[in-house]
Amino acid sequence: MPMTEIRNAQAAAAPVLQVDGLKKHFPIRKGLLRRTIGNVFAVDGVSFSIQPGETLGLVGESGCGKTTVGRTVLRLIEPTGGSIRVRGEDITQLSRKALRPYRREMQIVFQDPFSSLNPRMRAGDIVGEPMKIHGIGAEGGERARLVARLFERVGLRPQQMRNFPHEFSGGQRQRISIARALALNPKLIVADEPVSALDVSIQAQVINLMMDLQREEGIAYLFISHNLAVVEHISHRIAVMYLGRIVEYADKVTLFTRPQHPYTEALLSAVPVPDPLLKREKRMVEGDVPSPVRPPPGCHFHTRCPYAQDRCRIETPALKPVGEGHLVACHLR
Amino acid sequence: MTSTDHSVELAKAGANVTGWWSRLVFLALRFPLGAFGAVIVALFVFAAIFADAITTVDPTSTNAAKSLAAPGPGVLMGADFMGRDMYSRVVHGARISLAVGVGSTVLGCLFGVIIGLASGYLLGWFDLLVQRVIDIMQALPLLVMALVMAASLGPSLQNTIIAISIPLIPNVARVIRSNTLAIRELPYVEAARAQGMSELRIAVRHVLPNTLAPLIVLGTAQLGAAILTEASLSFLGLGIPEPHPSWGRMLSESAAEYVRTAPWLVIFPGLAISLVVFGTNLLGDAMRDLLDPRQRS
Amino acid sequence: MTSTTAEIAATAPGERVIGDTVLAVEGLETVFYTRAGMVRAVDRVSFSLRAGETLAVVGESGCGKSMTALSIMRLIPDPPGRIVGGKVVLDGTDLLQLSEPEMRKMRGNRVSMIFQEPMTSLNPVLTVGRQISQALMMHQGMSRAAAMERAIEMLRLVKVPEPAQRVKEYPHQLSGGMRQRVMIAMALSCNPRVLVADEPTTALDVTIQAQILDLILELQKKLGTAVILITHDLAVVAETAQRVIVMYAGRKVEEATVEELFTHPRHPYTRGLMASIPRLGLMRSQAAQTGGRLQEIPGMVPPLFDLPEGCAYAPRCERADDHCRAEYPPYEEKRPAHWTACWHADD
Repeated sequence: MPMTEIRNAQAAAAPVLQVDGLKKHFPIRKGLLRRTIGNVFAVDGVSFSIQPGETLGLVGESGCGKTTVGRTVLRLIEPTGGSIRVRGEDITQLSRKALRPYRREMQIVFQDPFSSLNPRMRAGDIVGEPMKIHGIGAEGGERARLVARLFERVGLRPQQMRNFPHEFSGGQRQRISIARALALNPKLIVADEPVSALDVSIQAQVINLMMDLQREEGIAYLFISHNLAVVEHISHRIAVMYLGRIVEYADKVTLFTRPQHPYTEALLSAVPVPDPLLKREKRMVEGDVPSPVRPPPGCHFHTRCPYAQDRCRIETPALKPVGEGHLVACHLR
Repeated sequence: MTSTDHSVELAKAGANVTGWWSRLVFLALRFPLGAFGAVIVALFVFAAIFADAITTVDPTSTNAAKSLAAPGPGVLMGADFMGRDMYSRVVHGARISLAVGVGSTVLGCLFGVIIGLASGYLLGWFDLLVQRVIDIMQALPLLVMALVMAASLGPSLQNTIIAISIPLIPNVARVIRSNTLAIRELPYVEAARAQGMSELRIAVRHVLPNTLAPLIVLGTAQLGAAILTEASLSFLGLGIPEPHPSWGRMLSESAAEYVRTAPWLVIFPGLAISLVVFGTNLLGDAMRDLLDPRQRS
Repeated sequence: MTSTTAEIAATAPGERVIGDTVLAVEGLETVFYTRAGMVRAVDRVSFSLRAGETLAVVGESGCGKSMTALSIMRLIPDPPGRIVGGKVVLDGTDLLQLSEPEMRKMRGNRVSMIFQEPMTSLNPVLTVGRQISQALMMHQGMSRAAAMERAIEMLRLVKVPEPAQRVKEYPHQLSGGMRQRVMIAMALSCNPRVLVADEPTTALDVTIQAQILDLILELQKKLGTAVILITHDLAVVAETAQRVIVMYAGRKVEEATVEELFTHPRHPYTRGLMASIPRLGLMRSQAAQTGGRLQEIPGMVPPLFDLPEGCAYAPRCERADDHCRAEYPPYEEKRPAHWTACWHADD
């Protein structure tokens, strides 16, 4: 079992979030009777854990299932299998009502700064709404004071509480989203591509804000992104996903200096480098990501892997340790 | 490439338009037909509200001496068989038309929104059922539906409003449902769920307000249809009963017997119906162009 | 007639050959008339492009880079936009003086464009083969059969596997990477002099992005096409272009060769951009690795209808003084072949 190894590899502190063998299969329905004719294997047995105050980066290309992992962990999407534990408590089977206290522990920040805020609500109400739901600061203007403080924390002026979302720029809207996520004092924030839609100069502002908040509040992040440079900058540990599975899992220095999985290698090699004087030898992978409806048997990556052998086409490689806290799912390591 | 060139283009784009009055003028110039429609509708609403102030004679009081009087001094639009003043009746008829039009549109929209929101938000078997019922309702023409409803409910102002509102429900429900389907998937709805908000509150607070924009356009368009349906129902004797002055019934009472001898009995109510429906349609088209750029040709 | 694949393959694929000037843009000015006022989306932009060269235009959203591209293609929606000044000279012909039918003969033939989103730029109801062959039939007067032959050749050229089968497929049957290859095949089918690529890899995954950029460069070497690469990504610029223009609020603020710009950025905005992008640790110097914080550019891009007096970047610039706020700096050559518009570029 890979999970035991992960546990051994980590400190004894109870993780904020622990995910074991998480699966999400979306049925494909067709026809009048909506019969299931197949499944999209969006997430197919994913395990990881996040310690308090830590950032786990989840990287991979489109269709690898990283976004579904983020949604499933928050039970915005119901998992098909596996378990989700928040501070040791299993929340996988909890009813909506029983789940509510755990909602305060985990929040989410989305990619699109435009559709993530209700256009008909004022910024202050958007940030104050989670408090209203959980009955925080109900007495005489207390909530407004809390919201004002949150605005200041994320670098907005409290006077802007009265404004509507369209009056803010993309970066400011992302700050509102972060303020809304912070309103319940969560221990973990799932950040789904939080800076991908922002301009370069604004990206730095938001990344710095998130890192400051982590330092000051000890918030843990599940940071989902396709941008390896951003993930490397913000994360402590990184999991690389390919077609619904984690293929490599390590601390960031190890992953970026000694990548072990051929896919991680290819991914790192493909990232363009902002330095024209540095000419690297590129290890280009051929072809496209296969469809998650019919993932290739054995190792999912064998169709594009330059080192693939017969065994890779038949047998699914297990995620096994190759070093201190470094797990790789590859037959060749 | 002179600077005047820029100012002309800017004026066309509506720059320097400040304050509601200059904005109104700008919109009127951009949508002249819509502005014309708006003027007609405004006059109609004015007549309906101030009907008592702009007429001197009770629309229901009879006067045998003036029976079938031709338009002239004292009887601006003539008088009918019972000597009731046609001008007063046409003006007061606006009140009935407005009541029926607005009443049935509001009622139809209200139920349409509730059904559309529930259908699009809950999905599953409920949605499937509602959609099939709506399909059936939409297969019938508005007037036929209203006819069946009116005939089974019996003639009264209230029942006419209800009868006309029901055929409006499917149109509204369709639009609201499709908007709901799009909005329920948006991140801000997910964020509310992640906060632990109840589904009912999410539907009412986050989904509903963002589905309502097309109602303004839909409502304006429906207003004309509702007024026309009322006139038709009354013409067929199923609408507003005596003694309320309804344009539709005024037509049906006089059309057969007096169209040759006293044409003013047909011309004025007929003109009123045509004008108001024409006005609401022009206004509705302009509103659609203004508010929904996707439908712009 | 343009060269066929066989002839293309016959020319040596080796070194890049930079030829004569093919495109000269002079004082291009494009405005938009909006309710908020007049917006100068492209404000007196000039540059030239030589055969076989890649010129990158970088900047953030709203800087005017895409509008520059669309102005060259004369694809600015009018209203609300209009090209109000300047010249776009392609092989001696000013494109801005052409009638619309004449311009249509240029588009896709002498100057082509590829867009960010390959799905929306392809017609979903036509097969890939039909779409590529249409341009050939229109511009080169080919027969349907000959054009289809050429379409298959083009798909082979852009490394689409099984091209003879793929020409019969519809865009939705292809992956994002394959669709972008089809777009490139379409754009290059008439062997244009200039290819305008507007964020061609932004919607693609990194491994696919690497494939596509590689393909564009390889084809450029083979065909000698001049490329204008519009992008927000400095890393893509560093890997593909020879020269760079940095734009801010509708204007050119800096221009240099890629090596020069990345080693000696002069404009504070360019410097800010370079410092604010996170870089992979293995390429990063040890000193930067310890810092942890990214350098921010404070504030945001000002709205184009409400630009400040003087330098548009002054409100965000740490070096800005009264001079910067009062007067727009001249665009000057500060080092050999390195121009910038900044009062403090020499500091």
